[in-house]
Amino acid sequence: MRSWDRDPILSVDHLSMRFGGLLAVGDVSFRVGRGEVTAVIGPNGAGKTTVFNCITGFYKPSMGRLALAQGVPASAAEIHDLTRMGRASVKTAGGSLHLLERLPDHKVASVAKVARTFQNIRLFSGMTALENLLVAQHMGLTESGLLSPAALFNLPSWRRKEEKAVHRAIQWLERINLLDRADDPAGELPYGDQRRLEIARAMCSDPVLLCLDEPAAGLNPRESLALNDLLRTIRNEFATSLLLIEHDMSVVMGISDHIIVLEYGRKIADGTPEEIRTDPRVIAAYLGVDEEAVEAVEAEVGI
Amino acid sequence: MTATASPGTPGVLGAAIKDALISAVLTALLLTPLVGFRATEDGGGPLILTYRFGLVAIFAGIVAVLRLVLNLTLWRPGRTRVKRPPSPALVAFTDRIGTAAKPAFFVLLVIYPVLAVLASGGLGPSRYWIDIGIYILTYVMLGWGLNIVVGLAGLLDLGYVAFYAVGAYTFALLSTSVPVSDFFAGALGADFWRLWSFWVCLPACGLLAAMWGVILGFPVLRLRGDYLAIVTLAFGEIIRLVLINWVDLTNGGAGISSIPPITFFGIPFSSGDDGFAALFGLTFDPMHRNIFLYFIILGLAGLTAVATIRLRRMPVGRAWEALREDEIACRSLGINTTLTKLTAFSIGAMFGGFAGAFFAVRIRFVSPESFTFLESAVILAIVVLGGLGSQIGVAVSAILLIGGMEMLRNLTFLKSDWLLGPDFDPSLYRMLIFGFAMVAVMAWRPRGLVSSRLATIFLKQRKKVSADLVAEGHG
Ligand SMILES: Nc1ncnc2c1ncn2[C@@H]1O[C@H](COP(=O)(O)OP(=O)(O)OP(=O)(O)O)[C@@H](O)[C@H]1O
Ligand SMILES: [Mg+2]
Repeated sequence: MRSWDRDPILSVDHLSMRFGGLLAVGDVSFRVGRGEVTAVIGPNGAGKTTVFNCITGFYKPSMGRLALAQGVPASAAEIHDLTRMGRASVKTAGGSLHLLERLPDHKVASVAKVARTFQNIRLFSGMTALENLLVAQHMGLTESGLLSPAALFNLPSWRRKEEKAVHRAIQWLERINLLDRADDPAGELPYGDQRRLEIARAMCSDPVLLCLDEPAAGLNPRESLALNDLLRTIRNEFATSLLLIEHDMSVVMGISDHIIVLEYGRKIADGTPEEIRTDPRVIAAYLGVDEEAVEAVEAEVGI
Repeated sequence: MTATASPGTPGVLGAAIKDALISAVLTALLLTPLVGFRATEDGGGPLILTYRFGLVAIFAGIVAVLRLVLNLTLWRPGRTRVKRPPSPALVAFTDRIGTAAKPAFFVLLVIYPVLAVLASGGLGPSRYWIDIGIYILTYVMLGWGLNIVVGLAGLLDLGYVAFYAVGAYTFALLSTSVPVSDFFAGALGADFWRLWSFWVCLPACGLLAAMWGVILGFPVLRLRGDYLAIVTLAFGEIIRLVLINWVDLTNGGAGISSIPPITFFGIPFSSGDDGFAALFGLTFDPMHRNIFLYFIILGLAGLTAVATIRLRRMPVGRAWEALREDEIACRSLGINTTLTKLTAFSIGAMFGGFAGAFFAVRIRFVSPESFTFLESAVILAIVVLGGLGSQIGVAVSAILLIGGMEMLRNLTFLKSDWLLGPDFDPSLYRMLIFGFAMVAVMAWRPRGLVSSRLATIFLKQRKKVSADLVAEGHG
């Protein structure tokens, strides 16, 4: 049994997303392993971002189930019961279970704890890097209400809480090497720094699953290296599972434990980097060969 | 000839003259039917057509000369605008002024009544200046209240005056209500309600306005941008129409009068033995009340400012600004955008409600006419002119706009014989001058007087964020 089947944090079942007549994602199922780095790859327009938007609640899928198990793996029976119950979330023996397609986008982030970054960077560009990281901790800071008296009157209990949040932001700024620029508006940072700041911001919201949409897009080799380091840090030091979309094969092959390949909205391959590297359908998809050539390759490889 | 020498090439002058002539002809053509013909009625007789082609020629001449001058100077082709970066010394100097300005401004506001009395030579004559001060501060407060909604959260609200009206009417209705008065008369003495109504009602007015903010906000805040603006505008009008038509409750267009006057925390400003003057050993003067009103509105405006400063540094305030920057990113971080917008809307409304209660106790009369769309537009103009989100900018723009409009009433020197003659009425032109001034300021500073944003927290240095990075919000 594969590691991601043994302990999936996210189980995607028969996910379909239709835009009018266009089937952007058709019947895609896969598992994201807990503590692993899972990559979604595929040619342009394959439906990768659409899958992300469904997972993070920005789109309501036309069909399908997205079950996220926090803490411990959920049994098939538990998922089935929750689906039948018509509720979005339930507490399980060692954690909780959430059906993401039933949660509004902000609850996917705050309750199911799925964070994301965007293909086009979406920082709060008029706010400083530090402020960006503090906004990300909004949910933790407002546990006792949006207008809690402690915060309103700046009581010591609140100040301690805020100090903790600032401390955490500083730690992340150090990790992404941006401590010197903490007081600069995010919009003034170089592109590569903005990418890493966006990831740090997502991490500040304390996610169990972090979805990164093309984090290496547009980076120069040096920035790409810094990004790789950051992703390794996240994988090794935090209990956050990573799901990323990436075109840069060196990043994908170097860092991921599990790769899912989409083409025209369908899943065409699913496996370890070695399996994917040699998969004839993937090679064909990436080289842009037609079906007959694929069959020819398959015959050659001997499938 | 310097005129030809400065444009450099004779082609520039030729083109400028040609442009001026074409503009003159166009102006003349356009104005001939509008200005050139005039139909006057002569004592009920037939209309008489008179011609004023001379006036048309004057207008055309003005246009031609202005365009010629502009084409040779500001609009001259190839003119490069020298844009020097401000010298560090100057920046340091303006920063020093900036830090000193706020306390100085505050002290000035506190001692303003004293200055007014001293400058005008007595309590009685200072009345005009105190009243203007109250009037301006009311708009400063309204501007600061709306600033939370428009400037911080980026929600374009064109119906802010609705909450001003809710506050004013809440106070007017409660303070003149006989059952409420009787209820308190039984428990706390016959005079209690007359003396204390403002102080008891003030929180209620704010809360009720905030509640209306939630009620109105809930359905409309899912709209964005222009749609939100239009719906809030409609809500403002609906409230006004309800006030006009619900005659049983609000007395319709006739309004509510005989609202009890303000008291010094229960001590009336009367000439009697238990009045404010007698108790404090002063000679009675009706101006005591006005000066006290000045300090009340100063306190209320100060409360708005302090609350806003505090809120900006709280998670909710940062979430407002984040919402203005990027709503989708906010949702990806788990922020409930509807709830966050609702808090901005209702807190803004609450301060509008406080201001409304103050308005009612000051004028002691409310009618729907005080709460027209024009009020909303003026408050919004104050916020936009001041710079979205900037408190000091909003305060300065309120002083300029409201104070300036009042000052324009006093341009009596224009009436002197050598200028425009005694028939000229400057107050008729003040809206025109005001409009021109607005256009000029917005052309000069499109993002308002204070366009940079100050970070709410910093590690080493609080830096100014320049306006082109800060989003204005899309609803
Ligand atoms: N909101 C939408 N409305 C209509 N069609 C959409 C929408 N979002 C995506 N699509 C379509 O769905 C298909 C898949 O798009 P998607 O953005 O998921 O691709 P992608 O795999 O992320 O591609 P890329 O590598 O270019 O980012 C495309 O044909 C796209 O045009
Ligand atoms: Mg994409």
